[in-house]
Amino acid sequence: MKELIKKEFLLEFRQRSTMGGVLVYIAGTIFTSVLCFKGKMDKPTWNALFWIITLFTSVSLSGKSFLKEVGGSALFNYIYYRPQQFIVSKVIYNMVFMLALSLITFCFYSFFVKNEVENTPLFLIVLTLASTGLAGSLSLMSAISAKAGGNFALMSILSFPVVLPLIIVAIKLSKQAVDGIEWAGVDTGLLWILGALNVLTLALSFLLFPYLWRE
Amino acid sequence: MKHLYKLLSVLLILYTLVYGMLGSVPRLDILNETIRNVYYHVPIWFAMIFMMTVSLYFSLKTLLNYNHLNDSKAFDASVIGFFFSIPGIATGSLWARYTWGTWWTFQDPKLNGVAVSILIYLAYFILRASVDDEQKRARLSAVYNIFAFVMMNVFIMVLPRITDSLHPGNGGNPAFGKYDLDNNMRMVFYPAVIGWVLFSYWLFELRNRLTLLKHEINE
Repeated sequence: MKELIKKEFLLEFRQRSTMGGVLVYIAGTIFTSVLCFKGKMDKPTWNALFWIITLFTSVSLSGKSFLKEVGGSALFNYIYYRPQQFIVSKVIYNMVFMLALSLITFCFYSFFVKNEVENTPLFLIVLTLASTGLAGSLSLMSAISAKAGGNFALMSILSFPVVLPLIIVAIKLSKQAVDGIEWAGVDTGLLWILGALNVLTLALSFLLFPYLWRE
Repeated sequence: MKHLYKLLSVLLILYTLVYGMLGSVPRLDILNETIRNVYYHVPIWFAMIFMMTVSLYFSLKTLLNYNHLNDSKAFDASVIGFFFSIPGIATGSLWARYTWGTWWTFQDPKLNGVAVSILIYLAYFILRASVDDEQKRARLSAVYNIFAFVMMNVFIMVLPRITDSLHPGNGGNPAFGKYDLDNNMRMVFYPAVIGWVLFSYWLFELRNRLTLLKHEINE
């Protein structure tokens, strides 16, 4: 299990081009959208745009997370690991990666536009929970689309509708962080729902992945 | 005996169509006579959710033990459910026009939920169309169907209850049953639900028979 996670990170760091590619992708997306808005954004727009960028980045990133698992390496993994180990390692890897990327997005975004967040701890909590949930569901979707032939369009078609509940709850919460609502006024019900959605998606991925594993 | 439920569904639907138009309803502001739509709009959604649940059941069966019959049943049920979402949206939209003053509004989480559910099932159909191998298709689409069903329910059952909604029974609005679904209306509403659910099951059986016949011809 540890080896699997280690392998994922090693592969990522060896292939610097993908890392660099992702960074350029984020910077390009942010720059384009900011130019489209001519830099004038109110708080709800700032919030919505941030989550749209995060959503697109995570979908395009996790879309390729199972593409490498074909042919010989897939057979090797199939023989040596249990499917549960495999999906957990993928989810952890995707989670860490997505959290890092959303933080980078946040930095770039604050640099190019402006940091509108007033309740930063709440924003970071939402970011962490959202990355976990996204990693949970997108890993499974990526596995499905990889088995189905692995084109990117299929990945986005499959994943956008299923991650929408998560994104909507995250947007609502981060709106509160952007508006700088004090902790006493924060809607804890929404936080619980976001947490519950995370548990739900992780549990579903964990339970359903073994059925995709058999070839 | 086997066909009794078909007769029952037709009779119940005919009864609710006629009696729904003629029966007495409470006079309410804004709603006025449009309250009769409760006999048509709501049961159709019940039928859709019922069909999606049937689809979920057969998807689970497909995963637990593969059989092309289960797979085709899961697919056919989802097609029928999808088919029911169209009159569901049409009646809802018409109703919204006369009560909320607009055909469609993004203010209501239930409408968004339904739109997303439709996207989810379209994605399910596309997924099925893009895999050729029968077993693989069965497994992939079953996994997606289960995941999607849970997310759809989060969207149309859970989210509307925690955010503001224009629908009755959500976001602080009182449910219909509380004060304006009187006994007269119950006599039409419950039969309508049963009638449409049975009717959807009949459609599902028909479609599944067609699929199996096509499958036999291809063999």
